[in-house]
Amino acid sequence: MTRADQTARTVIKERDLIHPPEKIWRALTQNHLIEEWLMETEFKPEVGHAFELNAEWGTISCEVLAVEPQRALSYSWQAHGLESVVTWTLTETDTGTRLRMEQTGFGPDQEQAYRGAISGWTRFLDKLEEVVEGLDDGGPEKGNA
Amino acid sequence: MSEVQDTVFRSLSDPTRRAIFEKLCLDGEQTVVALTENAGISQPAVSKHLGVLRKAGLVAGRVDGRQTHYAAQREALAPLIDWTRRMGGFWDMKLDGLEDLLGRMDQ
Repeated sequence: MTRADQTARTVIKERDLIHPPEKIWRALTQNHLIEEWLMETEFKPEVGHAFELNAEWGTISCEVLAVEPQRALSYSWQAHGLESVVTWTLTETDTGTRLRMEQTGFGPDQEQAYRGAISGWTRFLDKLEEVVEGLDDGGPEKGNA
Repeated sequence: MSEVQDTVFRSLSDPTRRAIFEKLCLDGEQTVVALTENAGISQPAVSKHLGVLRKAGLVAGRVDGRQTHYAAQREALAPLIDWTRRMGGFWDMKLDGLEDLLGRMDQ
């Protein structure tokens, strides 16, 4: 597949760790531990919790999107003018845990599927937008821009 | 952050525009009419999105008679590729730190 846009906006890191998921989960979700390897923060593993990560070069704005204890954690990550989503997945293995980090710019792919489900509404809202625009400047703009 | 990067990020932040750009990447050059067929939005709306993509340098138009054919300009994705490279390095470093921490933690 040559989806240039897709590959350009996703960072994937996978590591096999010799530690149980429970332990890794703690390192991913407890403040005093997060501070030791990632950044200073006030994190809570609760969907909707907004937090900031403070780096030397600036602040990253985050919001918890999904929490599945010891299995998956996802939060939005806004920095450098780009909204992205960081998703951690923990899979138990014979030797410990496979930890996967996926960061996708402009939101997760699941969001696309979700958008597909609500496309009826989107279409409706687009139409509404056109109607409103038409009211402003006396009609929708001509095609073939 | 550079202005170019900002423009590219902003123009691709809209899912409809991203879908148009991806379609041009996958299927090659197309007219507004062809792009509108499966977009689920009106032709003027597609034209408007193309205008934004064009301004960001992500799309180029070639006039052929009465029609304009639009094509994706993949090299304009450079700021995004820079971003993935930078973030890749960032996470490698942070994951090293995480492994180090796990080694020091109690079971």
